[in-house]
Amino acid sequence: MAVKTLDNKRNRLLMATALFLGLGAVPFFAPPFYVVFLNDALIIACLSMSLNLLVGYTGLISFGHAAYFGLGAYACGLLLKSAGLPFGVSLVAAGAFGGLGAAVAGFFCVRLNRVYFSMLTLAFSLIFWAICFRWNDLTGGDQGLSGIPYPNLTWISQMIGRPDFSSAQSYYLVSLVVVAICIAAMWIIVSSPVGLMLRTIRENEQRSTFIGVETRRVKLAIFIVAGTIAGLAGGLFAVFNRGVYPDFMYWTKSAEILIMALFGGIGSFWGPAIGSLTLLLLHQETVALTEYWSFALGVILLVLTLRFPSGLWGLFERFTNTRRSK
Amino acid sequence: MELPSLSAIGAQAVSGLTTAMLLFLVASGLSLIFGVLRLLNFAHGSFYMLGAYFAWQFNTWLQGSFWLSVLFAAIATGVLGALLERVLFRKFYDRPELMQLLFTYSIVLIVSDVVKYIWGTQQLGIRRPEMLSHSFKFGEIVLPSYNLVIIVISLAIAVGIWLLLQGTRLGKMVRAAAFDREMLSMLGVDVRMLYLLVFSAGCFLAGLAGALVAPMSAVVPGMDADIIISLFIIVVIGGLGSFWGTFLGSIIYGMVFSFGILFIPQFSLFAVALIMVVILIVKPEGLLGRENTR
Repeated sequence: MAVKTLDNKRNRLLMATALFLGLGAVPFFAPPFYVVFLNDALIIACLSMSLNLLVGYTGLISFGHAAYFGLGAYACGLLLKSAGLPFGVSLVAAGAFGGLGAAVAGFFCVRLNRVYFSMLTLAFSLIFWAICFRWNDLTGGDQGLSGIPYPNLTWISQMIGRPDFSSAQSYYLVSLVVVAICIAAMWIIVSSPVGLMLRTIRENEQRSTFIGVETRRVKLAIFIVAGTIAGLAGGLFAVFNRGVYPDFMYWTKSAEILIMALFGGIGSFWGPAIGSLTLLLLHQETVALTEYWSFALGVILLVLTLRFPSGLWGLFERFTNTRRSK
Repeated sequence: MELPSLSAIGAQAVSGLTTAMLLFLVASGLSLIFGVLRLLNFAHGSFYMLGAYFAWQFNTWLQGSFWLSVLFAAIATGVLGALLERVLFRKFYDRPELMQLLFTYSIVLIVSDVVKYIWGTQQLGIRRPEMLSHSFKFGEIVLPSYNLVIIVISLAIAVGIWLLLQGTRLGKMVRAAAFDREMLSMLGVDVRMLYLLVFSAGCFLAGLAGALVAPMSAVVPGMDADIIISLFIIVVIGGLGSFWGTFLGSIIYGMVFSFGILFIPQFSLFAVALIMVVILIVKPEGLLGRENTR
């Protein structure tokens, strides 16, 4: 049995490495248009996976996750534009600001349960949003923060021997590495004893305190981790799109991330990533045909909540299980 | 900082109270639905928006018969709510919270685009009825009569709901359903019918408020996403499921928002969100709520 789990683990690691290398190869042969799309998709996938640490693994329904994405985005953008710091430093700071915001909000949020937890996360996200929306001098208010300088990434294109690479293509590689590190960190967390504690809390918080789990501390820790990763994703997103807008943090954005996670399947590690990729593709195809994307998304969500609460990943598992049992 | 004049303060108080009373009409439905059905309904703001659009539509058809349009709009919203309750909402009463939240959000998304499809994205407006387009003057203070009428109507409805809940058999059943729905159904009450009624009444009130607000502010897509946040702040301040708590929450919200615009125009939004956070931290069951939250 032990050998089998080891094998399983090695297989998964191999598959993840193959995925990483495959994604890394994309800019070498795919047209730039796809690289731009995939860059955003990677970042958003990472964002919804970080939310899944809370919703799927710990059972904490955060309705304000976009706030930490936005905090990271504003922090990174401002440090690059106004303070003139280097890109690497600003990106780390984006993660730090996301984590800091999550630490402040999480300290209070983890004391509440169920709907009240969701409400408080929503309330904090409104506060962060209101600050960024109204602090015109610093954040540009409702006009947003535009004209974030693009980092000079020629060293990357030179390092890989492709001086013809555009900055977007090089940036994609940076995103990929950062996202991969985040995903690896999340994987280590959920497969460690801490990950087991998270699931125990989700199943029965009271009983997990009985067996000695300090639930509040564990919940706060995972809230901060999720916020940090969201902040990093925000920083990556802001620089690539050269702007940050208060909409990034509005509550509808938080709902959107939650939908992506649910669509892919919050019962699994990779589900949210698949969900966000699929929804982003659908979005791109739909807006080319019609302006009624909200309607389409609403119908998808309605069918999902009515019929397939375990998402795409759940469907996939059900399909493979029935095939295996035949 | 220069102190605003008395007339400015009076005008802000009236406008704050008007906002508060309109919000109360919508929030009382949200709060009642949460208290009885245990459902946190993101789509409640959508019914408010639908009420405003219905009012515009009826007003166009009836060629300016304002009060009839308001009444029809509220009834139409209530009927639509009842239909949706029967077909969809009912299926979610016993589901996990996440599914409930996202289901009601799916209704928000669908309604927002249906509204855009039918009525377009441009602003629509209704003219105030002729007899209510003037203002009263008390010394320096100018009071628009339409606002006063709204305040009076809303107060009357608030008292009416309270009397209904306290004094009638139906009200007793509603309160009992909020307390223990299984026991109530064992006593032979048709709880499903009661839920339908409560949901539909909440939608009626939301539609009524939307119709009443139409002459004061533009009828536009996006009314739903904005008001639902105000509603959540209100019910959290007062206490989810508490009737007078919702009333108090509405007054606080309306006043803070209104005077916030006068004193700290940049941060009135921030101020109300901060109140919500503080209440949730200090007394998560709300000022007048009794819910077990921890």
